[in-house]
Amino acid sequence: MKYKIRILLDTIFKDIFKATGLLVLFLLGGILALLIYNSISFFMDVKPLEFITGMEWNPTGKSPKYGMLPLILSTTLVTFGAMIIAIPLGVGTAAFISEYAGSRLKNILKPAIEMLAAVPSVVIGFLGIVVVSPGLANLADLPNGLNALNGAILLAVMALPTIITISEDAIHAVPKTYKEASYGVGATKWQTLRKVIIPAAGPGIISAIMLGVGRAIGETMTVLMATGNAALIPKGFFDSVKTMTATIAIEMGEVPYQTTHYYGLYALATMLFFMTLIANLVGEYFINRFRKYHAT
Amino acid sequence: MKTKLSAENLNISFANKQILKNVNVNFQENEITALIGPSGCGKSTLLRSLNRMHDLIPYADIQGLVKLEDINIYAKSIPVTEIRKRIGMVFQKANPFPKSIYENIAYGLRINNLPHDKTVIEKALTEAFLWDEVKDDLKMPAHRLSGGQQQRLCIARAVALRPEVILMDEPCSALDPVSTLKIEELILHLKQKYTIVIVTHNMQQAQRIADKTFFMYLGEVKESGNTKDIFENPKHEMTKNYISGIFG
Repeated sequence: MKYKIRILLDTIFKDIFKATGLLVLFLLGGILALLIYNSISFFMDVKPLEFITGMEWNPTGKSPKYGMLPLILSTTLVTFGAMIIAIPLGVGTAAFISEYAGSRLKNILKPAIEMLAAVPSVVIGFLGIVVVSPGLANLADLPNGLNALNGAILLAVMALPTIITISEDAIHAVPKTYKEASYGVGATKWQTLRKVIIPAAGPGIISAIMLGVGRAIGETMTVLMATGNAALIPKGFFDSVKTMTATIAIEMGEVPYQTTHYYGLYALATMLFFMTLIANLVGEYFINRFRKYHAT
Repeated sequence: MKTKLSAENLNISFANKQILKNVNVNFQENEITALIGPSGCGKSTLLRSLNRMHDLIPYADIQGLVKLEDINIYAKSIPVTEIRKRIGMVFQKANPFPKSIYENIAYGLRINNLPHDKTVIEKALTEAFLWDEVKDDLKMPAHRLSGGQQQRLCIARAVALRPEVILMDEPCSALDPVSTLKIEELILHLKQKYTIVIVTHNMQQAQRIADKTFFMYLGEVKESGNTKDIFENPKHEMTKNYISGIFG
């Protein structure tokens, strides 16, 4: 009798877990379907080529323009800038915590970094407006500092905890035997770190970076507050930009329901979805390439 | 016979727990010396002190002298990397780098600014009896090799640097008998060029390959001498009990 109950429980829980797993898939599929369904309505009015290569985003003008190139370039520029700052800083910090820091310093640094992740994005955006942006304006002699660089700096700060925490886990998980092998052939600490530990932790570090990229592409409030929101093709980091996320957030509240503009925001969201998807796929690809050299 | 490596009054403690007590040993050039003794007797600690592997442990306290010929290897003026290049190490569990077979050998050569072209790599692999098995797969990840092949790769990695001494920490403990024999054959062959110190739990192995055997117990070297004498005519009661399997 007891045996039967155990078997029954086993089956029930197996089905429950299967259901939760499928629910996630269902949610993802549902979101994608909703995005694509509404995007199709948009592409009935606007040619896809015009949408992708159009140089102007002005949906409320006399003759509305739905070119998303300025928005894509804005998002790319801000994300790219954020990563240029956050990757060396993040991986370096992770290596420092894992390999060089004494246990006392480590015990202070790790919680501090995790707390950084808990700062709400609106607070970071606020700091961007009152601290970073005036500083940038002064440094570069600009009328104001609400530009792509400002956004990149803030996004770097926001991506750092993710990159540091996951990279540190990856570096820490490198087997001690690799280090011993490297020291055993006369390598210095730096050579060991650069040539053995970081490559061995490569898959983890790349996932960390990709999660950071995902965070930066998807972040809305901070860039909305800090980048000036001018939907023009940016010529450099000192130009004001309007990212895809900020565009959706700003315009969704005011757009008349079921107009071309309304559907256009869905098309933007679909594009955003595929951009993060590609970032993740690229990450996966590199992870697999590194994994080839690891014991299973 | 010339003394290649020696320890004088060596005392090592980890976090105030004394592991080695006043160890005095000499390792002769071109000989194989086996360190035997029950688990926890300090064999591995002694072995690792011989190429400063304890430097990585912040709470290790090392007193006494370890000399490579007449150089004190713990002297401040000697870079630890130089010591480890001259005194190579093979670990208990084969630990090739997560790189290709070729890169596993080239790495050590490169960081020591030694030539690392294919002939050097081939020579090292040949010396480790591995070349014929891997010559067509040098680009293959080292982790695809069998356990015994991996350990021979690790030996090739050590040999490639032309060290003077090779330290081996139970190199066969994770291997099957066939692979073990192959590695023993290799160790005997390497003896012509290098001084070898090997930690082993396997009495038969010590008898098969070692010229000298040191028996250790609770951090002290209780008995040392020619392998034959130690196993056939142990002077110390404890040595006798250990090698006959009464404790271990």
